[in-house]
Amino acid sequence: MSKVSKKIYFDYAATTPVDPRVVKIILPYFTDKFGNTMSLHGFGQIAKQSLEESREKVAILIGAKSNEIIFTGSATESNNLALKGIAFANRRKGNHIIISKIEHPCIMESAKWLEAQGFEVTRLPVDKQGLVNPNDVKKAIKKKTILVSIIHASNEIGTIQPIKEIGKICKEKGVYFHTDAVQSFGKIPIDVNKMNIDLLSASSHKMYGPKGAACLFIREGTRIEPILHGGGQESGLRSSTVNIPGIVGFAEACKISKKEMKKESRRLTELRDKLIKGVLQKIRGVHLNGHPKKRLSNNANFWFEFIEGESIVIQLDLLGIAASTGSACSSAKLEPSHVLLAMGLRDQEAHGSLRLSLGRWTTEKEINYVLKVLPEIIGKLREISPYKKDYV
Amino acid sequence: MGPYTKKVIECFKNPKNYGRMKNPDGIGKVGNPVCGDVLWLYIRVGKDKKGREIIKDIKFETFGCVAAIATSSIITELAKGKTPKEALNIDKNKIIKSLGGLPPIKVHCSVLAASALEKAINDYLVKKNAKKKSKK
Repeated sequence: MSKVSKKIYFDYAATTPVDPRVVKIILPYFTDKFGNTMSLHGFGQIAKQSLEESREKVAILIGAKSNEIIFTGSATESNNLALKGIAFANRRKGNHIIISKIEHPCIMESAKWLEAQGFEVTRLPVDKQGLVNPNDVKKAIKKKTILVSIIHASNEIGTIQPIKEIGKICKEKGVYFHTDAVQSFGKIPIDVNKMNIDLLSASSHKMYGPKGAACLFIREGTRIEPILHGGGQESGLRSSTVNIPGIVGFAEACKISKKEMKKESRRLTELRDKLIKGVLQKIRGVHLNGHPKKRLSNNANFWFEFIEGESIVIQLDLLGIAASTGSACSSAKLEPSHVLLAMGLRDQEAHGSLRLSLGRWTTEKEINYVLKVLPEIIGKLREISPYKKDYV
Repeated sequence: MGPYTKKVIECFKNPKNYGRMKNPDGIGKVGNPVCGDVLWLYIRVGKDKKGREIIKDIKFETFGCVAAIATSSIITELAKGKTPKEALNIDKNKIIKSLGGLPPIKVHCSVLAASALEKAINDYLVKKNAKKKSKK
């Protein structure tokens, strides 16, 4: 097989490197501008000012007001705050929450925990391409419904949900609408007003910012309880010393994404389509997971007949290509992806999935290299498989 | 390379004795319903110089993860040349030891491989006995 010395990264949906422009902005915040935002002295005031400027930069990316952005430490925390915070603040109105079957584990597990606390959860199905039907949302909303939470773009299959339509339904019914926009934030235009979004989660490390910084957009006037209690930072909704370097980096990453989104999206869509087309043409018995058009510009996800995903990922790694079987979180588990199963794939089919996610430094040369080595890898693994039939 | 030892990756990268065997003397087909792994093991039995029955040839076909393929490969190497009785002593511990260890979550792969071999040998013994009976 072909050899390559350079490592090729096709796992931008798991995490991204920090943009060097962001690194440059962050560095002084570790040494000179290290103050605590709660301090009254000059160090604290500089930190406080940087925090508020950062809030503005993040808000502007989604058409929000800066006081509607709460900084957190991770998307998992944002999603926990959204679900638990809304659930406990609105208990008097009702105890019913609606999510989809293809949410990220931090939504799935938060919902499961809320069920144990006496809340009722409806998990909406998706079609074969991973789409939630807005009519299903409409039908599922009842008098006691307090929150609908649907992922904007799937971390595994990249399918983009009809968020605007779902948001409209929630607004008409007077139900809070939250979306986990971790994968779409900074990649496609989002307007929380036009899309009728009440709460939105986003994370810095998925968009070339540092890890440890994330946010939750909370529409002004929303009834929500904090899950962390303490010094009252972030309008009392997220007590904790504020991670200024992380947040400043997150904000800078937002600024860059806003400026480059259109051009970058077009570039990545072209590369993604070349990759998808190439894989489907060069290899037999391979299927695209997710929607062919309504998908993130950086996501390609396939399932290969007769072979298993981890074997493909390790073979690729041996050739210097970093990929994933689905989500990074699932790699320690044996069960196939709940997202693929929800789309109607059988266990064995879901086990054969491979996610290649592109990003800011993906080149056409890298796409060509994957297209060159992947057929060899698939062929070799099929030779070993008992199910191979005449595919070898 | 992820959670695996060098030996596991080596066995995965260059697996030995894979592929289908025509007219084997014994077949062992096993599967794990949780992780979806499937392992088919084929054996051919012949005689060595001393006239003892030994596993002359062995092949596997596996649908599964890195650990499943590596354990399949190593068990064929461990069993080749052994008498059926000796081969039945190859258990999960021997397989794990030969691989320099397996992640705890993948230990079941070694159990799967050992039971495939056991099934293939039993299949051979049952067929052999049936032949003997029909001769009588």
